[in-house]
Amino acid sequence: MMNQIDLSLVDWSRAQFALTAIYHWLFVPLTLGLSFIVAFMHTIYYRTGKKEWEAITRFWMKLFGINFAIGVATGIILEFEFGTNWSNYSWFVGDIFGAPLAIEGIMAFFLESTFIAVMFFGWNKVSKKFHMLSSWFVAIGSNLSALWILVANAWMQNPVGMHFNPETARNEMMNFWDILLSPTAVHKFLHTVVSSYIVGAMFVIGISAWYILKGRHIVFARKSILIAAVFGLIASIFVAATGDNSAYDVAQKQPMKLAAMEGLYDGETNAGLVAIGVLTPNKEPNDEKDPFLFSIKIPNLLSALAERDVNAFVPGVNDLVYGNPEQNIPAVSQRMKNGKLSIENLRKFNEFKKEGNEIEAAKSLAIFEENYKDFGYGYMDKPEDVVPNVPLTFYSFHLMVALGFLFILIFIVTLYYVYNDKLKDKKWMLRALLWSIPLTYIASELGWIVAEVGRQPWTIQDILPVSMSTSHLSTSSVMITFAMFAILFTVLLIAEVKIMLYQIKSGPKDL
Amino acid sequence: MFENLSHLALQQYWWLIIAVLGAILVFMMFVQGGQTLIRQIAGDETERSMLINTIGKKWDLTFTTLVTFGGAFFASFPLFYSTSFGGAYWVWILILFSFIIQAVSYEFRSKPENLLGQKTYDTFLFINGLIGTILIGAAVGTFFTGSEFSVDRMRIAGGGDSNIISQWENTTRGLEAALNITNLALGLSVLFLARILGLLYFMNSIKDESIFEKSRKHLLYNTIPFLVFFLLFIGLILTKNGFAVNPDTKEVFMEPFKYLHNFIQIPLVLIIFLIGVVLVLTGIFMGFVKKSIYGIWYSGAGTMAAVLALFLIAGYNNTSFYPSTFDLQSSLTIENSSSSHYTLTAMSYVSLMVPFIIAYIAYTWKSLTNKKIDRQEIETTIDKY
Repeated sequence: MMNQIDLSLVDWSRAQFALTAIYHWLFVPLTLGLSFIVAFMHTIYYRTGKKEWEAITRFWMKLFGINFAIGVATGIILEFEFGTNWSNYSWFVGDIFGAPLAIEGIMAFFLESTFIAVMFFGWNKVSKKFHMLSSWFVAIGSNLSALWILVANAWMQNPVGMHFNPETARNEMMNFWDILLSPTAVHKFLHTVVSSYIVGAMFVIGISAWYILKGRHIVFARKSILIAAVFGLIASIFVAATGDNSAYDVAQKQPMKLAAMEGLYDGETNAGLVAIGVLTPNKEPNDEKDPFLFSIKIPNLLSALAERDVNAFVPGVNDLVYGNPEQNIPAVSQRMKNGKLSIENLRKFNEFKKEGNEIEAAKSLAIFEENYKDFGYGYMDKPEDVVPNVPLTFYSFHLMVALGFLFILIFIVTLYYVYNDKLKDKKWMLRALLWSIPLTYIASELGWIVAEVGRQPWTIQDILPVSMSTSHLSTSSVMITFAMFAILFTVLLIAEVKIMLYQIKSGPKDL
Repeated sequence: MFENLSHLALQQYWWLIIAVLGAILVFMMFVQGGQTLIRQIAGDETERSMLINTIGKKWDLTFTTLVTFGGAFFASFPLFYSTSFGGAYWVWILILFSFIIQAVSYEFRSKPENLLGQKTYDTFLFINGLIGTILIGAAVGTFFTGSEFSVDRMRIAGGGDSNIISQWENTTRGLEAALNITNLALGLSVLFLARILGLLYFMNSIKDESIFEKSRKHLLYNTIPFLVFFLLFIGLILTKNGFAVNPDTKEVFMEPFKYLHNFIQIPLVLIIFLIGVVLVLTGIFMGFVKKSIYGIWYSGAGTMAAVLALFLIAGYNNTSFYPSTFDLQSSLTIENSSSSHYTLTAMSYVSLMVPFIIAYIAYTWKSLTNKKIDRQEIETTIDKY
C-alpha cells in the first residue's frame, strides 16, 4: 500500500515543514517573551511618567517590532502548509485541527494586529493609559495565539475527544474541552510559552550586559537587567517543573518517544536517567550492541519521572517494537495486522453500504472499530518503521535539559551580582550573559526537535503516519518551493539580524 | 442555542461567515491596492512616506483577515482546504509568497542596514499588491468556473490508484485558473477595485493637497478598467451554465443560467448585490466629482456588500461552491465538504466574538486616525515606517 506514495515526496514535504517551522520558531519565542517585558516597562513608564522609562520602553519595543514582522512573515506559510502539503491530513483530522487554528485567528491574531498599531504609533496620539494597555493586549494576544496552536499540536501527540466516522472517513470532534484541557495540551502550552520568556529575558539581559561592557547606557542597562532577570528566573524554574510534567505525558502517551529521548533500548524496572551519555553509532533495534559507548545514569530517576514510581517498568525501543508479553506490550507486527484489518474493513464497510448490504456492513464496521486504535500501524511496511531517529532525539533532549539548568544558574548569579551592585565589575559574567542569548535560542529549537522528531513516524499518534498525510504533488514541485523558502527566509533572516545589530549599536535614545 | 440547529443550517451559517470574511478581506485590500499606487501618487520622498505610513498602519489587519479567512475555511469546510490548497498548489504558494514579502517590508524598508535597500522593499509591496489581488480574485473565480480535481475518501483505505483523498488532475497546479477569462476578469476587477479603495483611503487619511488631487485623477483611470472587467465577469457568470446540486440525490449537474437563477430565487442577495454596486459607484462619484474625503466609506461598504452577495450565490441555493470539471460528482458543496455538526456548533459559539472584535478594531482605528497624516507630521515624527 505504501508503494503508492513516493517516499521522496514525503521526505521533501517533511523537510519543507521542518524548515519553515524552525525558521518561524527563531522569532516566536522572542515575541512571546519580549512582549511581556515591554508591557512591564511600559507600565512602569505609565506609573512613574519618567522619561528614562519611556526611552527604555521605546528601545525594546523597536526591537520587538523588527522581530515581530519577520515572525508574521514566516508564520503565514505554516498555517496554509497544512493544506498545501498535507492535504490528506487536513481532511483526516480537519474537523478537529481546523478549529484551534480558526480560533487562533479570531481570538488572538486580531488582538495582536489591532493593538500593535496602537503600541507603535500611539505615542502622543492616544491616551497614556490606552497606550499602555495596548502593550498588554499585544502580549496577551501573542501568548493566546501560542495557546491555540499548541493545543492543536498537543492533540496530534495525544489525540483525545474524537471518534472516527467511517462514512466521512475522518476523525470528528466529540468534546472540545477534552481537546483544550488535555494534560498534554496544558503542559505543552505552559512549557513552551514560559521557556520563551527565558529567550526574551536573556535577550534583554545579554544586550544590556553588552552596553555595560562598552560603558554605555549604564542606567538603562541596569534597569533592564533587573526586570529581565527576575522575569527570567521565575520562568526558568517554572520551565523545569512543566518539563517534568511534559515528560510524564510523553511516557504515558508516546512511550517510544521517551525511549528515544533516553536512548533506552531494553526496558527495565528502576530505570535510571541518563545524565551524560554518548550513544553507540549505527545502533539498530535488537542488535547486540550496547546502546552507549559511555554513560552516567542517575539510578531510579527515569522510573520516577515516567511513572511516578521508582520501581516501575519503563519500556525501551525493543519492548515497544517486538513486544513484551510480561509487561503486556504488544508487538508492532501484531499492531500492523490489526491496523491492516481495520483499514480493510473500512473499505469493505463502505462497499457494502453502497450495495445496500447492511448486515455485512455492520460486521465490517465492528471489525474496523475493534481495531481502530492500531489503524495507523496498518500503513507501516515493517515494525522497525515506528522507531524515530534516536540520536537526534536523545542529544537534543539532553542538551536542552542541561541548558535549562544552566539558565537557572545564570539568572541566580545575575540577580546576586545586581543585588550587590557588582555586575559591572564582572567582565567575564557580562560576556557570558551576551553569549547566553544564542544558547536560549538553541535550547528552544531543541525542544521542538525532541517533540517533533521524537514523535516520528506519526502525524497523529498511532492513527496517521506522516507518509499518509501528504498532498498529491510531484516531488519536484516541493523541491522548488523548499528552495524558494530556504532562500527567501535566509535572506530575510540576514536582513533582520543586520537591522537589529544596527539598532542595538545605536542604543536607546535620550539616555 | 446552536446545537439545536440542523447540520444544514449550521453549514449555511458558516458559509455566511466565510462570505463575510471574504467581503472584509476584499475591502481591506485597499492596502494592496494602495501599495501598487505609491509610484504614481508620490511626488517626492515625503509624499511616498506619507502614503506608505497611512496604509502601513492597516496592513497587519488585512493580513490577519486573510489568515483568519484561511483558518475559518479550514475549521468549517476542511475538504475545501485539503482539496484547493493541496491541489491548486502553485497559485496558493505564489499568493502566500507575496504576503511573506509584504509582512517584512513595512518594518524593514526605512531601517538602516536592511540588506536589500528601500527600493527592494517598496517593490515587494508593489508585487504583493499586484499578485495578491489578481491571484486571490482568480482563485475565487474558480468557485464559478470549476477546477480539475477528483475526490475519493476511500483512497485512504487502498481503494484506488493512490492513497490521497483529493487529487488535482492537471500539471499546472492551479496556475491554469489565471488563464481562464472569467477568473482573470474577476482577478483584474479585484485589482482595480483595490486600487480605487486605496485612492479613496489616501484621500481620506492624508491631509495634503497634491496627494488628494493626484488620487482624484487616478480614481478615474482605475474606475474605467474596473467597470470593464467587473461587467465582463458579471456578464459571463450570469449567462454561463452553473454547477447545481439536486437536493434529494445530492447529484451535481450543469444548469443553464444557474447563477442568474440564484439571484432571482434569493432576492435578498440580489438586493444586497445591487446596493453594493451602487454604493461603490457612489463612493467613487463622491471622491471624484464632489471632492469628498468620505468616498472610502461608501465604496468600502459597497465592496463588502457586493462580495458578500457573490459568495452567497456561489454556495447557497443548492450550488456547488467548489466545482470539479474533471469529475462533476467530486464537486464540493457546503454539505459534503463541511465539518461535523459538533464542530460547527462549537465554532458557532466562537463566532459570537466577532462583533466584539469588530467593535474594538473600529475603536482603535478611530482613535489612531483622529488626526490625519500631514507633511509636517511625517517629517518630524520618529514613529513611522
